[in-house]
Amino acid sequence: MRKLYYFLLYLFLALVAIFQIYPLVWLLKFSLKDNTEIFGKSPFALPESPKWENYLKVWTDGNIGVYFFNSVWITVASIALTILLASMATFAITRMKWRLNKFVLGLIMVGLMIPVHSALIPLFKMFLEVSLVDNPISIVLTYTAYNLPITVMILLGFYYTLPREIEEAAIMDGCSINRMFFTVILPLTTPVISTTVIINMIFNWNEFVFVNTFISSDKYKTLTVGINNFVGQYMTDWGAIGATLMISVIPILVAFIFFSNKIIDGISAGALKG
Amino acid sequence: MDKVMSNKLMIALYVLPALIMVSIFVFVPLVLTGYYGLMDWNGIGAMNFIGLENYKELLFDLKFWDSVYHSILLAIFSTLSLGIYLLISIVLDSKIKGSDLLRKIYLIPMLLSSVAIAQLWLKIYHPTNGMLNSLLAFFGVDHTPDWLAEPQIVLYAIFVPILWQYAGFYILIYYAALKNIPNELIEAARIDGASPLQIALKVKLPLISGIIKVTIVLAIVGSLKYFDLIYVMTGGGPNGHSEVMASYMYKEAFSSHNFGYGSAVAFFLLIITLITTYIIRKLTASKEDEVQY
Repeated sequence: MRKLYYFLLYLFLALVAIFQIYPLVWLLKFSLKDNTEIFGKSPFALPESPKWENYLKVWTDGNIGVYFFNSVWITVASIALTILLASMATFAITRMKWRLNKFVLGLIMVGLMIPVHSALIPLFKMFLEVSLVDNPISIVLTYTAYNLPITVMILLGFYYTLPREIEEAAIMDGCSINRMFFTVILPLTTPVISTTVIINMIFNWNEFVFVNTFISSDKYKTLTVGINNFVGQYMTDWGAIGATLMISVIPILVAFIFFSNKIIDGISAGALKG
Repeated sequence: MDKVMSNKLMIALYVLPALIMVSIFVFVPLVLTGYYGLMDWNGIGAMNFIGLENYKELLFDLKFWDSVYHSILLAIFSTLSLGIYLLISIVLDSKIKGSDLLRKIYLIPMLLSSVAIAQLWLKIYHPTNGMLNSLLAFFGVDHTPDWLAEPQIVLYAIFVPILWQYAGFYILIYYAALKNIPNELIEAARIDGASPLQIALKVKLPLISGIIKVTIVLAIVGSLKYFDLIYVMTGGGPNGHSEVMASYMYKEAFSSHNFGYGSAVAFFLLIITLITTYIIRKLTASKEDEVQY
């Protein structure tokens, strides 16, 4: 009886796992097929001989290489800027002595509740006026601004736990604020910074609506917008579409394999992003 | 020590960059949205002040209220689905080997972009070669529907990938909360002769009620803002049957070039999101949990 009970529990959990994972397995399979196989054979069959050329084709002919490169540098630049500004602000809010610190923190935290779509039209007009429409700088700036609140929130807990003695010792040694922050505090916060890097990476890599709205040239588009256009053009070539989608999800999956615990930490904290 | 750490100039230097970024790109646009809602504006030409015309039009715009209705439906579905996630989490928490690995597998869809998920599910729902209809045909179903083209089905069809995407996220949160329950409490209930079902319902659920409230807020507010997946999968179609507030705003502004009217919709979206957040918090707030989210 007890065994049956546990068997049913495992069966239930396994079915959930199949529901969660099989669509991706299916994607991998059709990314390695050509159209005769996709439309002629069972959609569940393994590819007869894997068509790796699908990947090669979309990377060069389909512009996916360019989109991929844009996604990488925009993601990295935004992460670097976000974490620098968020760390500085968190340092001043939690470690330095001034009266309005709670108020400023509250102000930044309000940013967590804002629906980005409500800010989209004025942002578009703003960038239009300073000629930053169709310029990737507009993307880096918006990514940074919209990820600052969540990043500060994740950093906050860690900064509060740093012992005062560290700063006291640094000041005794004659450190300036800048030197203390960059050579003592920042290196100490590496563990929590890595969590924020991962969370920022997932947000930036997957972001769609800002790029779709502000960027019109192919040469600046990122993967999310790029694959959407690509699919529109190659509507019937399922193998190519599958390969494109795989290319866009592989970096995130690889990051997950290596840093799953960091990702879980970050997502639990990011739960509050709402 | 205090003197160095209360240097006003240094404090400003450290706080202002972040504060200015958030102000310029988050707060100022929100105020402007409400203001642009008072304008007749095609996005390129001059703005004409027309007072509350856009907001009046909004009140009688049936297409808009349809989109509000769809957003609310999605919010209700999302809230109900929390029950399924909770059930899965409770099962995961019942001395299951490999629960850690399973939890990670469940999380994978959450990491993918909504665009990739939308494109994948477009293929899954494909009327002739899609995974779903092939599966149905295998089980001998003759008339398989075109899921995303049927007005009566489309919203439900869209909800399945949403369920798929967020399952791992909520399970992660619930599972972590359940793991945090002190073992002594569970043991005490067991010694008192409580069955596993009773322990789950009468001990575990009340203890994680704070987290459940947070997830209800997340699910509802998240649904009201939903956009990417619907924009890519159906564009609000067929004939507006899967239109939601954000996609309607986007269409009015960036496709029809009614930026003034689009701003009015965006402002409504902002207000309804803030009011909903406030109401749910009031309703679910209890004395002991001053949850800071």
